Amino acid sequence: MYDLIVVGGGPAGLAAACKAWDGGVKNILVLERDRELGGILNQCIHNGFGLQRFKEELTGPEYAGRYIDMLKATGVQAKLDTMVLQIVPGEGGAPHQVHAINGADGYMVLETRTIVLAMGCRERTRGAISTPGERCAGVFTAGAAQRFLNMEGYMVGRRVVILGSGDIGLIMARRMTLEGAKVLACVELMPYSGGLTRNIVQCLEDYGIPLYLSHTITNIKGHQRVEQVTVSEVGPDRRPIPGTEMAFDCDTVLLSVGLIPENELTRQAGIAMDRRTSGAVVFENMETGVPGIFACGNVVHVHDLVDYVSAESERAGAAAAAWVQGKHAAGEALELLNGDGVSYTVPQRLRLDALEKPAQVFFRVNRVTRDAQILATDAGGKAIARFKREHMAPGEMEQVALPPQLLKLARGPLTLSIREV
Amino acid sequence: MKELICIVCPKGCHLKVEEENDWAVSGNSCPKGAEYGRSELQNPTRVLTTTVCVEGGLYPRIPVKTSRAIPKGLLMDAMAEAAKVRLAAPVRRGQVILPDLLGTGADLVASRDMEAL
Repeated sequence: MYDLIVVGGGPAGLAAACKAWDGGVKNILVLERDRELGGILNQCIHNGFGLQRFKEELTGPEYAGRYIDMLKATGVQAKLDTMVLQIVPGEGGAPHQVHAINGADGYMVLETRTIVLAMGCRERTRGAISTPGERCAGVFTAGAAQRFLNMEGYMVGRRVVILGSGDIGLIMARRMTLEGAKVLACVELMPYSGGLTRNIVQCLEDYGIPLYLSHTITNIKGHQRVEQVTVSEVGPDRRPIPGTEMAFDCDTVLLSVGLIPENELTRQAGIAMDRRTSGAVVFENMETGVPGIFACGNVVHVHDLVDYVSAESERAGAAAAAWVQGKHAAGEALELLNGDGVSYTVPQRLRLDALEKPAQVFFRVNRVTRDAQILATDAGGKAIARFKREHMAPGEMEQVALPPQLLKLARGPLTLSIREV
Repeated sequence: MKELICIVCPKGCHLKVEEENDWAVSGNSCPKGAEYGRSELQNPTRVLTTTVCVEGGLYPRIPVKTSRAIPKGLLMDAMAEAAKVRLAAPVRRGQVILPDLLGTGADLVASRDMEAL
């Protein structure tokens, strides 16, 4: 029996496993379905990772490499090429079961005292957004194209239109341009970009690639391969406005239209989910609704910085270690609700008895604001904490730290909201 | 005064640079931001990240980066230099692939390990 099984060997799983090892747990297994550890960082060859975690600007593979080296310096075991098929939570303190399969060991039923879920997320596809048009070749998710180009060595197209302005789409706009492709346009349905501002600057503006906000692709034409796309402006209701069509002759469409936490295992295990994050509901220490099962990284909510994934996952790893050592968090939980302007919070519940340090709360806003206040208000309408922010946007995750002494003053559920001043 | 968005880190600080006042920068939250604000308006530079060909490893491409930022105008020339490279695994993270790329003083270095299979 293992003390801890970590499902996923990307940045979240690596950080959780290393931290649990440091916390004194020695019998740890990481299960990874790819051929190597590091997850999606291995294909993110651009720089900008690690400024917070390592105080240096690293590329994705370098960031992954540092954590892989840290893991190799421990006695944590890892199985690669291994797919987890099912998680069966133990009843009444019994061990949890992890069902997994690979070519060397066959079908395995592994028992463990704790689990960290770190499966990450996957891209929304053309099917998920119902883009009209013909079903020709040449339509890729941006991340799939990124893997083809950066790892497998295939150039996916020559004349490209990108739908969605998420970070991967913006990064791919620059990457395809550097490799000799012509990126004709980046088309975004919303009136603001879904990506980091720095990526708009250094990936689009640097190369003169136009960004069409409040626009979408309304048709894809092509027999064998994409030949042309139609782009239309959308109104405030996000419906295309007739008469605004523009045609782009291209051979490739890249989709950067959002990421979805990959939670089939979580749902199947009966773990309570939050429909706003599409991830598990978690407590202050990243424990899910099932005692001894923790979750961290993009499987809980989609982050925009891997540095935050590492920090969150270290909390999950430390909590799993504490659990193995018999420190089970309990007690009443203060619920965190989403007020005006806030689209979700992680964690969703805070157990005050278990809280020694300020609770780190990640959240996203649902509109662009300038000079706004973040308010934490209790059920009696009393603001127990206020934070100022010069600039907030839905594409940029926000974070506040709520000290336990302030939280203990709160009566009933706490609502996080924003207010322009 | 020019307004620009800092690209040093993903925070994206909104900088204000006063050209008339010796390129004084405000709105930055770290010294690197001030440096970026000054250089972006006088001599813009970028770190180049791309891949080069490698044989005998897990993948046919290995990611590389310039060891520091190079002038923005040289990016496409640097891409052409990278396209000529042929490596054989094993390659180590941090290994210099092309020293003093295009006379910029920056090296092109590998950004991951690639074991020989």
